[in-house]
Amino acid sequence: MSAPAQQSAPTATASAPTQIRRSRRRAGGSSASRGSTILVTGILVVVAVYFLMPVYWVIVAATKTTQDLFATNGFWFSSDFALLSNVRQVLTYGDGIFVRWFLNSMFYAGVGALLATYFAAAAGYALAKYQFRGREAVFGVVLGGVLVPGTATALPLFLLFSKLGFTNSYWSVLLPSLVSPFGLFLCRIYAEATVDDALLEAARIDGASEIRIFHAVGLHVLTPALVTVFLFQLVGIWNNYFLPLVMLSDENLYPITLGLNNWLSQVDRLPEFYQLTTGGVLLSVIPLAIAMIVLQRYWRGGLTEGSVK
Amino acid sequence: MTSTSTQEGSTAVVAPTAGQKRHRRRMWAPWALLAPFLILFVFTFVLPILIAVAQSFTRVTRQGVFGEKGVTTGFAGFDNYLQALANQNFIASIGRMLLFGVVQVTVMMVLCTVLALLLEGAAARRPGFFRAAYFLPYGIPGVIATILWSFLYVPGLSPLIDIGAWFGVELDFLGPSTVLWSIANIVTWAYTGYNMLIIVAQLKTIPNDVYEAAKVDGAGWWPVVRSIQLPLIRPALILTTVFSIIGTLQLFAEPQVLQSVSPAIDSEYTPNLSAYTTAFAYNDYNVAAAQAVLIAAVAFILSFGFLKLTNRRSK
Repeated sequence: MSAPAQQSAPTATASAPTQIRRSRRRAGGSSASRGSTILVTGILVVVAVYFLMPVYWVIVAATKTTQDLFATNGFWFSSDFALLSNVRQVLTYGDGIFVRWFLNSMFYAGVGALLATYFAAAAGYALAKYQFRGREAVFGVVLGGVLVPGTATALPLFLLFSKLGFTNSYWSVLLPSLVSPFGLFLCRIYAEATVDDALLEAARIDGASEIRIFHAVGLHVLTPALVTVFLFQLVGIWNNYFLPLVMLSDENLYPITLGLNNWLSQVDRLPEFYQLTTGGVLLSVIPLAIAMIVLQRYWRGGLTEGSVK
Repeated sequence: MTSTSTQEGSTAVVAPTAGQKRHRRRMWAPWALLAPFLILFVFTFVLPILIAVAQSFTRVTRQGVFGEKGVTTGFAGFDNYLQALANQNFIASIGRMLLFGVVQVTVMMVLCTVLALLLEGAAARRPGFFRAAYFLPYGIPGVIATILWSFLYVPGLSPLIDIGAWFGVELDFLGPSTVLWSIANIVTWAYTGYNMLIIVAQLKTIPNDVYEAAKVDGAGWWPVVRSIQLPLIRPALILTTVFSIIGTLQLFAEPQVLQSVSPAIDSEYTPNLSAYTTAFAYNDYNVAAAQAVLIAAVAFILSFGFLKLTNRRSK
């Protein structure tokens, strides 16, 4: 199972820095006929409509009153523009619990991704730049971890954490988020390709300690890979649902995914929760959508961790 | 210490040389750098997996009607596995995911490959905008994507059902026969752009000279795709397919969230949902652990089998 991952990732990452600046190149040259341009653009537009439609719908829905939500066509605005009152309701309902969920998500994802990246960088650098006994064994075991899906460990993690009394705390979600086997994998490959041994030797002759060399030289050279690892871990933690669902029972500790689902599950009894949920979905999608578009170029080929659905 | 044990130690070298000191320092340096990662890795990966395997072979017997006289644990052999496999719903859920995987993964891979080729082709205008639009859903968590789509599936709320009605088509996204494909739609929506981006990145590594040479030979669009682009993006295709297969068996958030609007989804609709129900509704952690091990094993066998198949073909 590890074979294709090992083959494709190095080629993609090693060439990534040079690719970014290279101008876009087209397979068939610039000699596309008018007809095929129209056809291709038509296809691309239709597909774009499919991908953007739900987001468009929620933007429209968030501007409507609960009554209009059911009475008017979902793809067009109603005469009663209720966006501001809806947003206010989302932000104030339950003493601002939505804001708390949002901050929780930011805490889990931000702190988790930052520390996970740092730990993965240190470990990947160590595996790439030192010869020591047990190196390949460590790498082999961690690589196995890349292939273990997150949901497979969530249940046993709950059993372990409940024995230790860790469940239903910030730690129960944060601790498992601090480990990125994929990040280690990527950092090792990147460090092997880019961190120059002569540079490390020069630092050693200057009398710098090994740990200091890692911080001064290693981290600096690894920066492009670190951005990628950080982003993957950030999205992974932000999207996580199974782990917090299993671990948390206190609403105040929920990340946004759990909180919004909590609201959705109440719509049967209280239709006003439709309005809260659509407003909440819109507010949580906006920052992510902006982040995706801005950060798109940092997603590079071969970095195929997170297709855990 | 090392120097005094040698013969000339007493005469020449009393203290360890700088080189030796540095060498010893370099012995522990990698372990110091590895330590935080490894401690966390053991604690959150290795230990839970060992516990899950141990649990799956353990039997918990309660004394008294409500277990008030204490519980005893013992070795259960494969009893938990037999119990998990005897559960028709669990087996059915695996079968359902196989069907889902064959259709959804195929559709998604074809779609993301076609989109990547079109965006990298000469005829595409504004590829940057389209790439961003297709990639956007990846940033939306599965749960929120499902909530979003569930609004487009619910009768009364969904404009799609209204539009269908205009044309005399009665759409039912949440019925027993359709809800599986409604889930497939959510998954496809969420991951196509992501997979497409990986393929685009691989397409960009093809050197320009290859295209130039093909143009000199007078090769058209399809020959270039078939004999240059597709073979070269094979590794990316294989990798994304394997991860999609693993992801399919792990499906949880989408059906779990859709449960609240679709009665057709029962508590054992997917293997993971079944394990979750066994653990938290029936409080049978041992059988749940056996289910978790079985799911991981099936995912491993399938992705391994797929790799073997593709490897054999390439020879």
